[in-house]
Amino acid sequence: MTRAAGRAFPIALGVALAAVLTFLTLPVVAIFTEASPGDLLSSLGHDGALDALRLSLETSAIAVGLVVAIGTPAAYVLATRNFRGKALVTTLVELPLVLPPAVAGIGLLAALGPKGLLGGPAPPLVLETAGVVVALAFVSAPFYVRQAQAAFESVDPSLLEASRTLGYGEAATLARVAVPVARPGLAAGLALALGRALGEFGATLMFAGSVRGVTQTAPLAIYERFGTDFTAALALSAVLVAVSLALLLTVKLADAGDLR
Amino acid sequence: MLAISASSPLVEVADLEVNGVLALAGPSGSGKTTLLRMAAGLARPERGRVTCGGETWLDTERGIDAPPERRRCGFVFQDHALFPHMTALGNVRYGARGHERRALGLLERLGVAHRAAARPRELSGGERQRVALARALATGPAALLLDEPLAALDPRTRAGAGRELADVVAATGVPAIVVTHDFTEASLLADEVAVLDAGRIAQRGTPSQLASSPASGFVADFTGAVVLTGTARHGASGLTRVELDGGGSVESTDAAEGRVAVSIHPWDIALGPLAGSAHNRLHARVTTVTRLGNRTRVGLAAPQPLTAEITTESAERLALRPGGEVDAVWKAAATRLLALGSARP
Repeated sequence: MTRAAGRAFPIALGVALAAVLTFLTLPVVAIFTEASPGDLLSSLGHDGALDALRLSLETSAIAVGLVVAIGTPAAYVLATRNFRGKALVTTLVELPLVLPPAVAGIGLLAALGPKGLLGGPAPPLVLETAGVVVALAFVSAPFYVRQAQAAFESVDPSLLEASRTLGYGEAATLARVAVPVARPGLAAGLALALGRALGEFGATLMFAGSVRGVTQTAPLAIYERFGTDFTAALALSAVLVAVSLALLLTVKLADAGDLR
Repeated sequence: MLAISASSPLVEVADLEVNGVLALAGPSGSGKTTLLRMAAGLARPERGRVTCGGETWLDTERGIDAPPERRRCGFVFQDHALFPHMTALGNVRYGARGHERRALGLLERLGVAHRAAARPRELSGGERQRVALARALATGPAALLLDEPLAALDPRTRAGAGRELADVVAATGVPAIVVTHDFTEASLLADEVAVLDAGRIAQRGTPSQLASSPASGFVADFTGAVVLTGTARHGASGLTRVELDGGGSVESTDAAEGRVAVSIHPWDIALGPLAGSAHNRLHARVTTVTRLGNRTRVGLAAPQPLTAEITTESAERLALRPGGEVDAVWKAAATRLLALGSARP
């Protein structure tokens, strides 16, 4: 009985892994097998599918660009300074990570909508491409800032001090030592933020709406088409899978680079 | 000249003036690195003043506190802190503000020009230390601050690297402080040593001054001398007699009264069943025998711990082994007496 039990457990482990793998990859595989590659390619051509993809890529790039430009120095402050309430600030920065996207959308409307908190001074965002950028930045920023903070925290402080004693001020030290040394971690954060922005659905739909060519990103286009043109929805999904896979590989490679 | 006064919970130093090369020595936790960081602007004392040449870098009374990048201090960090994303040459060029020829010249001067294209992780400990020094020199510093520059080195290469380092630092002609926790290393690196004890300068002088006439039991202990404790009173023929704690007595040519630390250099102690009339003779039990090439260190319990250093030849002749018994003998003139402060009983 002991011998049988000794064999049974490794088998159970193998079965568990196989079940997880099948469950997680089957839907992804199905996207590519459900329709022929020819059908997928041709359906990308009509009905504004490519417009939705282009809009997704453009708004995600702008949103993540803004997040990196402003989030990098912010993460540097969180990583290198100690101040009262730092833990609270860190928690607030991470809050959108756990916020349901629908709540994020409502929050953005309440803050920046026409009748919102800053509705007066803010430029019109609802039903505008700029609104998409705002929604994407809101949901993706914590992914980048959190990762960037961790990356800066792992930079040996004596490297930064060495740069200062060599005559470089804090800004030059950030640009020429901290960022290059933290680069693998920053790249991973960027890829995560980009992945989150590309997949964003709920907050965008509620805040910016789903206007074709203006605010309809690829995930919104998939949602609109799946009732009427399932092949078109599959085609867009296939493209997003490819982009997401490329981003995941980037993260993995950046991590490997970290081990230098 | 570099002058430092600093007052904070960990460090209390007044008017430490440095003209040539000063070794700042003391055990870990004595505040050496903190004092160095205060000079460089990487740490701030509660009250203090740092001046270099004609410039005031810090004066808490007048509200002056120049940031590190304005202080023109060449700082060599204990772990060398070389930038991992730059080559050896890139590191030095960073200090030289992009001046390629100057950077290469410094690598050549320190004998590591052939490693210019290597990344820090590909360099040996000794090479890293040289590149770090070259980088610190590249800015044309007004003062040099070196924090345990030899600590990361292989013990076998340390002495050679230390002599080279001392030569290069002395040749720059700028005031320099070299921090070390080892007295031997301190005497290798500088002509002058300041011993730091719990944030205060316990004594400052040449290495031989510190070793031959330590100002306190702490300094004597730090310089590597044997330190015994006891009570002194006037003895026969103008000598001082010390009744040692735990038994036994010794005589010294130094005058003292009351509680004292008795300091002897290990190499002044002879061992054996020796005839003769040396004033000091303690019967001891051998605890350890450590051979260091042609010298042998012998740990003794007399009953206070005592260390003798004798030739390996005589150690073999005496057939010393732990547990054996032996007489430790030395001259009264080689026995220093230091009044024990109340702080260090």
